[in-house]
This record gives sequence, structure tokens and C-alpha cells, in this order.
Amino acid sequence: MTVTVAWYMVFAAVLFSMGAAGVLLRRNALVMFMSIELMLNSVNLTFIAAGSELGLIEGQVAALFVMVVAAAEVTVGLAILVAVFRRRSSANVDELSELRG
Amino acid sequence: MIDYLWLLIALPLLGAATLILFGKRIGEPASGWLASTLVLIPFVIAAVLTVPFLNEGEPETVFLFAWIPMVGANASLLWDPLSALMTLIVTGVGSLIHIYSVGYMHGDERYPLFFGYMNLFIASMLTLVLADNFGLMFVGWELVGLSSYLLISFWFTKPSAAAAGKKAFIVNRIGDWGFLVALMLIFAAFGTLDFGVVFGEAHGLLSVGMATAISLLLFVGATGKSAQIPLYIWLPDAMEGPTPVSALIHAATMVTAGVYMIARSAALFELAPVTLAIVATVGALTALLAATIAIGQRDIKRVLAYSTISQLGYMIMAVGLTAFTAGIFHLMTHAFFKALLFLGAGSVIHAMSNEQDMWKMGGLRKYMKITFVTMVIGWLAIGGLFPLSGFWSKDEILGSAFAKGGFFFILWFIGIVTALLTAFYMTRLIILTFFGEQRWDEGAHPHESPPTMTIPLIILAVLSAVAGLFNTPVRLGLEHFLEPSFEAVHQVHPPDGITLWLLALASLVVVIIGIGIAYMRYGRGELPTEEGGYWAAALDGYGVDAFYGAVIVAPGKTITTWLAKVFDPKVIDGAVNGLGYATRSFGSTMRVLQTGWVRSYAAGIVGGALGVVLWLLWQGGAF
Repeated sequence: MTVTVAWYMVFAAVLFSMGAAGVLLRRNALVMFMSIELMLNSVNLTFIAAGSELGLIEGQVAALFVMVVAAAEVTVGLAILVAVFRRRSSANVDELSELRG
Repeated sequence: MIDYLWLLIALPLLGAATLILFGKRIGEPASGWLASTLVLIPFVIAAVLTVPFLNEGEPETVFLFAWIPMVGANASLLWDPLSALMTLIVTGVGSLIHIYSVGYMHGDERYPLFFGYMNLFIASMLTLVLADNFGLMFVGWELVGLSSYLLISFWFTKPSAAAAGKKAFIVNRIGDWGFLVALMLIFAAFGTLDFGVVFGEAHGLLSVGMATAISLLLFVGATGKSAQIPLYIWLPDAMEGPTPVSALIHAATMVTAGVYMIARSAALFELAPVTLAIVATVGALTALLAATIAIGQRDIKRVLAYSTISQLGYMIMAVGLTAFTAGIFHLMTHAFFKALLFLGAGSVIHAMSNEQDMWKMGGLRKYMKITFVTMVIGWLAIGGLFPLSGFWSKDEILGSAFAKGGFFFILWFIGIVTALLTAFYMTRLIILTFFGEQRWDEGAHPHESPPTMTIPLIILAVLSAVAGLFNTPVRLGLEHFLEPSFEAVHQVHPPDGITLWLLALASLVVVIIGIGIAYMRYGRGELPTEEGGYWAAALDGYGVDAFYGAVIVAPGKTITTWLAKVFDPKVIDGAVNGLGYATRSFGSTMRVLQTGWVRSYAAGIVGGALGVVLWLLWQGGAF
């Protein structure tokens, strides 16, 4: 049984769905960040798999870009998280609803 | 020398700017003399430049700078016999009135400003007269309206003067509307506003309908400026201004703008016989109507105001008859004798400490000899007594009407009746003012005016007496002079030979009858009481003001009040407020979506992304 590109795609889809479910269902901001990382990396997986299948370098380039952006996003996100935690002693996002219209 | 033509406009304009900005520092009487000089110099320049026309000189155009070349409207001046004559009248009579004002306005708080406005007026009028295209002419036309507004309401602390200024301006705007629309039609027809092109090509290019439309609209403009039916109502009220203003604007220059404009556009009017008939009829009717009103006036200046309207009626009738030279001739003689009469009236008012009611004058001839003698000359000139100027110019108009025949016999007859009335009311004015008992109030000390006022009177009296000789049937001097300006148009002339002399005799007899009736009525002791009935109606101007007030002003006020009190708050403000209300209610509905929960936003994003994916799949035919 050979591992075709479809397997990678299915695997990435499963990972992505898990990440999305995590973002939607968990209330802890830290776990939500981790879920987002999961989603991003599942996308990276599809890029690299598709790039390898089609013999294109662009797949890897896109993956590198995503990693850079993810790193930056995590830096800012964690900084906010730390600041919120210092103030509230809690990382529960449902309590942070002051911007309700 | 023709290169200095621009100075004609520039010098009075410079005077206006200087006096309006720095007048207070120049003071009295220096500012008056400065203003007079800046009108006198243009007169001298104009006189020198006119000399070539006496020996067959060619008309010239002086291009100053491009203004709106696309529509043929440039700052470019036309110097031909017609504009030369008008320039000489404006600057000549104008400078005399300026000099007169030096004395008359003595002691006024805003003395320098008055002369600033007067100079502005002269500059505006010269722009109108010298323009070589309709665009620049319109600039002058509007500036004349502006300066007349400033001068009529010069004593604006008097409510009546402020109202009169507004009235003059607004009524003139109605005429200006006609003029402006006419300019648009001219541009539509010719693609340019340049006189040379328009008048040169009118004959071949213009259909009768278009010519009629253009000339009728131009005539609407003329009825405004030249105070004809139905727009004459501003002129009597304009007597609220200082008397020199009445003399300058409402006798000698501004009101002649309409006559000049029609004469200038002779080539257009000639193509529209219907318009010409209307113009002549309106002129004749105005002459008659104003004369019958003038009979009943008690205010010395209002008599002259209505007399001006009446005389303008003659001029308009003349140009309507295509007797353009006759119209311009009467314009010239009228400028002299009417300026004289107004300035004389001003001298009387000055002497009587601002009393204008003729019923409170009388017997003044002993106290102001120069004014009396000059006024008598003005009276005989306007009355049309041989050989004074009014006789020649009025008879040329009446003769032209007679020569044209047919329907125009009626106009000739109206003209003759008007001549009778003119002689009557002018005699009434002279007798009530200068003859009979002294009826003035206690405390009035009539005295002769200073030389700055009497010398212009004397000069104008001489001109009023002899100006008629410029164009007698024996020697058609003016006709010959103006020939280059009217060579392209076909003019009507008075009949020749015995008919002419009979007509002259008829009008002379009529004038003597008019004077006679007035003498019988006012010259023999007891004055008749002129109250009630006809006299009240005439004094009131037949209630035309009230009529316009009821028919035009009152509905206008109702509409604007409705607009201000109902339409604006309900509809305009309602629309604006409604927009704000709609935005707010939309916002308060949509704010429910803003829950503040991060996870609900995330759900929205995921749901949206899912929706996009499904849509793409569906588009791709996946299911």
C-alpha cells in the first residue's frame, strides 16, 4: 500500500478539523493558541505535500512564510495573554467580553 | 493715441478703488475734486479720439487681453462713432455732475465714499458702452446695476432709501435675466459673442424666429435698465438717492443703457419686425403712461422721475421704429436737459433745506436767479419749444413714426399727446416752484447755491439750448457722424418737405397749448386743490406698485414663507434627520451580533470559510 498525496491531504484535513474544533470549543486562551498552531501546521502539510507531488518549490516557500507569520502571531498573542493573566489571574476567554455591543 | 483708450475705464476705476479704500484720509473736498478730475480726463481723451470721426475716420477695435476667448468674450474695446458719442455723454455730463456734487454733498459723513461709488458707476457705464462683445457688455451692464444699488441706497439709514436700492436692484435683475438668456441664444446661434461676427453674419445665419426670440429677450433687458413697461417701477423710487445720483444714473446715463444696447444690436432687431413693433408700442405706451402719472406728482423729483420714464419711452419708440439715429439723438439731448433739470431741482431742494414738496415752494425765482434761469431753459427744452434741443430730437422721432405710417400713426398720435402732457406738467413744475406766492414753512431760508453747483447748471443749460442744432433737418450732422455705426441697417427717416414743417408746426402748437393750459390752471393766483379722484390715483402711480405687490410680491412671500416654515423643517430637515435615525436604528439592531465572545467570532469565521468552500464546490459541480 503506497502512501499517495491523498493520504497527506486527508491527514491534514483531520488535523485542521481538530484545530478548528479546539478553537471553537476550548475556553483557555493558551489551548486556543495551540489549536491555531495545529491548524496552521496542517495547512503547511498540504503545501509541502502538494509541492512535492507537483515538483514545485513554491509549496516549501509558502510553508516557510506560514511559519514566520505563525511565529510572529504567537509572540504577540502570548504577550497579550501574559498581560491579561497578570490582570485577571485567568485565561478564560469567555470572561473577556467587555467589548460586547 | 487710440492705444490710450483703456484709460477711459481705468481712470475712474482707479478713482473708485482709491476713494473706497483710502477716501477717509483724502477727505473733503479733495476726494470730490480727485473724482471729478478722473472723469474729466477721460472726457478729454474721448474728445481727442473722436476727432478722426469728423473726417471719415474708421472705427477701431482695441484688444486689451483675452478673457474667455472660447465664447468670443475678450477685454476688447470698440471705438466707433456710436460708442464715442455715448462716451462723450457719459463722461461729459458725468464730470459736470461730479463737480456739482462737490458742493451738493458738502458735509456728508461719507463724502469720499460717495465719490468712490460715482467713479465706479462711470467706469461701469464706460465698460458697457465701449465693449466690443456681448460678454464684456454684460459685465458693464451688471456693474451698472451694482453701482446704482450702492448709490440709490447711499443714505441707507433711511429705511425708504434702503428699500428703494433693493427694489431697483431686484427689478433690474428681472431684465438681466432676459439679457443673459439672449446672450445664450446668441452664442447658440453664432458660436461667439463678438459684435463684429454677430452683426456681420446675422442677416444670413439667423431665422426670423430666432431673431425674434433673441431681440425680444434683449428688449426684456432693456425694459429693466431703461425703465419701460412693465419694469419701470424702480425708477421713481430711486429718487431716494442723493439728487446728483438721480441726475447721473436716472436721467443721463444708466437708463440710456437699454436704448444704447438696442441701437448697438440694430442688425439683430432689424431682422425681427414683430419685436420692433412691440418695442415701439411699449415705448409709446410708456411715454404716455408716465406722462399722465407725472401730472399728479407733488414731489419735484418724482415729477422729473416720471418725466424721465416718459422721455425714455420716446427713445425706445424711436429705436423700435428703426429710427436709431433719432433715438440716440434724443438720448443725447435728454441727457443734457434732464441732468440740468435734476441738478436744478437738487439746487432748489438744497436751498429749501431738503423740502421736496412743490406745494411748499413757490416764488423762488427771486432768491435763486441762476437756478431759475437755467431751469427755465431746461423746461422749454424738454417741453420741445423751438429752437431748443428737445424740439429737434422729439420731432425727429415723431416724424419717423409719421413717415412709417399705418399702425405707427397711432404711435405718432400717442407721441403728440405725450408732448402736450409733457409741456403741461413741466410748466406746472416751474410755476409751482418759482412763481406765485411763497408757500414754504417757517424757518426756510432759500438761497442761491455755491458756484460748484451753479456752473455745471449753466454749462448744461447752454448744451440743452444748442444741442438740437447738431441734427436739424437742414443739416444732418449727427446722422452723418453716426453713419459708420449704422451703415449696415436700414433706418426710417422723417418725411421731407412741407409735411415735415407741418408736423413740426403741429407739435409746436400742441406744446404751446400744454403750456397755456398749465398757465391758466396754476399761474393765476389761487392754486387748484388737487385731491381725490384722478389726482390721488396719479399721485399713487395708478397703484401699480400695490398691484405688483399683490400679484407678484405677496404670492412670492407666501411661497417663500411656506418654504421656510414648512418645506425646510419638514422635508429638508426631515430627510436629514431621517437618515440619521435610520443609521441609528440599523446600528442598534446589528449590535446584537457584537457579543464580545471570542469564540462566537471564531465560529463566524469558520462558518464563513465553510460556506465559501461549499459554494466553490457547488460551483465546481461537486454536487
